[in-house]
Amino acid sequence: MSKKNPEYDFKWCPGCGDFGVRRALEFAMINRLEETGLPIENNVVVAGIGCSGNLVHLLEGEQPYGIHGIHGRTLPVAMGIKSARPELNVIVVAGDGDFLSIGGEHIAPQAARNVNLTAVIMDNGVYGLTKGQSSPTTEMGAITSSTPFGKIEEDLDPLELYLTLGVSFIASGFSGQPRVLARLINEGMNHEGMSMIHVQSPCVTYNDTYQLIKGNAKEGIAPALWDIPDDHDPSDKRAAEDLVRQGGLPVGVIYKDETRQSLDANMGIIRSKARERTVEQLMDAYTF
Amino acid sequence: MQMNDFVVRFAGEGGQGVVTSAEGLAQASTQVGYHALTYATFPSQILGGPTWTQARIRTEPVLSSGDEVDVLVAFNEEAYETHAEEVREGGVIIYNADDFTMTDPRSFGLAIDTLARSTGNNRAANMVVIGALAQLVHMPQEYLEDFVEARFRRGRDNDDEIISSNIEAMRLGRQHAAESGFVLGDLAPPNPPDYTQMMLKGNEAISLGATHAGLKFYAGYPISPATTILLWMERNLVGEDKFAYQVSSEIEAITAILGAGFAGKKSMTATAGPGISLMSEGLGLAWMAEIPLVVVDVQRGGPATGLPTKTEQSDLMGCLFPAHGDVRMPVIAPGSVEECFYAAAHALNWAERYQGPVILMSEMSMAERVQNIPRPDLSKIPVEERLAYEGGNGYHRYSGHELSPMPLPGGPGAYVANGSEHDEMGDTTHLPSRHIQMTERRFSKLKLLEEEQYESDNSEARIALMPWGGSKGPVREAYDQLRAEGVDIGWYYSMFLHPIPPKLREELRAKELVIVPELNYQGQWANVLRFHRVNSTPITQYTGLPFKVSDLVARVKEIMSEHTEAARV
Repeated sequence: MSKKNPEYDFKWCPGCGDFGVRRALEFAMINRLEETGLPIENNVVVAGIGCSGNLVHLLEGEQPYGIHGIHGRTLPVAMGIKSARPELNVIVVAGDGDFLSIGGEHIAPQAARNVNLTAVIMDNGVYGLTKGQSSPTTEMGAITSSTPFGKIEEDLDPLELYLTLGVSFIASGFSGQPRVLARLINEGMNHEGMSMIHVQSPCVTYNDTYQLIKGNAKEGIAPALWDIPDDHDPSDKRAAEDLVRQGGLPVGVIYKDETRQSLDANMGIIRSKARERTVEQLMDAYTF
Repeated sequence: MQMNDFVVRFAGEGGQGVVTSAEGLAQASTQVGYHALTYATFPSQILGGPTWTQARIRTEPVLSSGDEVDVLVAFNEEAYETHAEEVREGGVIIYNADDFTMTDPRSFGLAIDTLARSTGNNRAANMVVIGALAQLVHMPQEYLEDFVEARFRRGRDNDDEIISSNIEAMRLGRQHAAESGFVLGDLAPPNPPDYTQMMLKGNEAISLGATHAGLKFYAGYPISPATTILLWMERNLVGEDKFAYQVSSEIEAITAILGAGFAGKKSMTATAGPGISLMSEGLGLAWMAEIPLVVVDVQRGGPATGLPTKTEQSDLMGCLFPAHGDVRMPVIAPGSVEECFYAAAHALNWAERYQGPVILMSEMSMAERVQNIPRPDLSKIPVEERLAYEGGNGYHRYSGHELSPMPLPGGPGAYVANGSEHDEMGDTTHLPSRHIQMTERRFSKLKLLEEEQYESDNSEARIALMPWGGSKGPVREAYDQLRAEGVDIGWYYSMFLHPIPPKLREELRAKELVIVPELNYQGQWANVLRFHRVNSTPITQYTGLPFKVSDLVARVKEIMSEHTEAARV
């Protein structure tokens, strides 16, 4: 919403990482407007359910279109929008619970189709809105409201997952760096295919990881965050795999495959092979 | 003896030509002006398994697959044992002498494959069968030759060879049937309709009707008996602004078409009961966020995996109320292959008209049967477009208590289509006054779907019959028989189940009793009518098969006499 709406009663906690992601997405949409001349309403933001999904209502300034749908289904909704209207810029915003748990089944098929969309995932390693349950990225052993004796599942590495499933553009960032993040989102938008921008966006209430990410010299905590060096070749999948296995929170583009066509482009192959017929012509096949 | 009605059941193993023989007989007959309908039932496996198909040929339009089997064509012994009882008194059994022998006095053997091979065309086996059947009812040879000519003349070098071997196969079948000495009678000459006809299945009619109404986006997931709609769309919904795709689940199908509907395209998916269950949350979102889309439910037996290849009408409650919360989906249920075409066009029009989800209910028996229908005149079937927003930015998409123009992504009027309760801009809210307004808004739009037209006959009667969906045909046939016997009963029918045409509801309320034959255990439509304050009672059947007309006639009489008794007491 462009200005304060008294009826809208949702708030992020002060200090929530999602504020920075919102800022980054606003920057990215404005950059895109400046680059392409296409109005903000050319963007469609498909939001998941959870704290992160509320981003679609909290955007300031010129408003894009949005869908705030049902839990876990951002990707197929986005696929429908993009395939129906390829000229639109389709952005997914969701959290780790929505996208990786209930919505996990949709990542592989969209990656295989290489749907031309940009997904910005706000990973806080916890279900925040439902008050602190464990999510796929919650660390093993962690005590949460739903794992009172410690989490006994291995935690998921989303970056490795995206690589394994064949996502054609993978970047990683931190909500505390909105300008850097905006650049990554723009690069994802410009990539012809499925782009994942995986963002560490801490939950100050249930899983405050700011100190771990940024480090604390006084307490002897080294920052998890590190910039991907300029000499990393994102077109090299092996290098991307090695990079992801170094752990911590890499910032930058991890992997980028520009050799693949997007679903929209591949539909052109079908269109060139199939013969389009009018309804009358289609009916002729059954007429005697 | 003159015959106006000819019913043949073909039974055997999947892959033996059971379906092609039945459809061939139906096509040959419609080609010369008869009316035909086939009823098919399949095993749920890739190869083999017991299967049967019934073809009914009449001089008048066919309403049901026929109770009385005149001829059974048994491709193997198991088929004979399973179906022999269904053959009427005086009927004939043709058995595949290449597969087995037997001594039933009603039967004669036909070495189907051997005879086909002797013509030099191994694929002409079904023509041997059709020739034999034609002989039993003295169908003139030239009818069959016309059919073969029409079917196989395709401008190939070997057309003549193919045609002559098929005609020879028919002649051989005819000769063997003549030698058997069996005769059923003389099939009355056809009374060819004076309009152009099409021969197709229910799923094809749905696909064509939806395409006529401007369908642009289709996403589907394979499931019997709806898969053929997906396959049709992938081949025919092609071109610059069209999209058809096999997605990864029914959840993807409903959410993808929802995205497309939001983006401004007319969109549809087709599934069966299990898919409706998986789509239920997405349907609720379409209702809540006011997004046009159409879901086709080709019903099979349920619940769970149920009877995937049999027919049933047991999804009605699941379609009217698929989602949690306060929803009631618009539902259209066609009653014949012909109606499938019009119903699909209507469903797309409804979705655009009221900006929300519409469910089109078909069923296995209609989806898979072949029938001749008048070719629809497209110029007479209106195509509706949604009320589109054309102003500037700052628009409140969900204002008021009624339908409002819908903005198109890319253009002015950006809003959030929200599945949470929302205010006029689409932002989430929990205010009681908003939930009241929005709930009333969503239900008020259903008024736009109240139609005028419905079928009625003998409307003075105090007791009426009212089928729904694919049971319409056999129930109408039963109704015609009852009326011919002088029974005072009325007839009502509408493909619009929700909202039900208001005048129809009023008429039904005035009846002493409304009898609803339906293929489920609970009497689902009868229950819905009771909810409408109609005194209804069901005739239920849950065999996985369609109604038999004779059963219906008997059960209607029984209910009517019980009703009269009760009134006397």
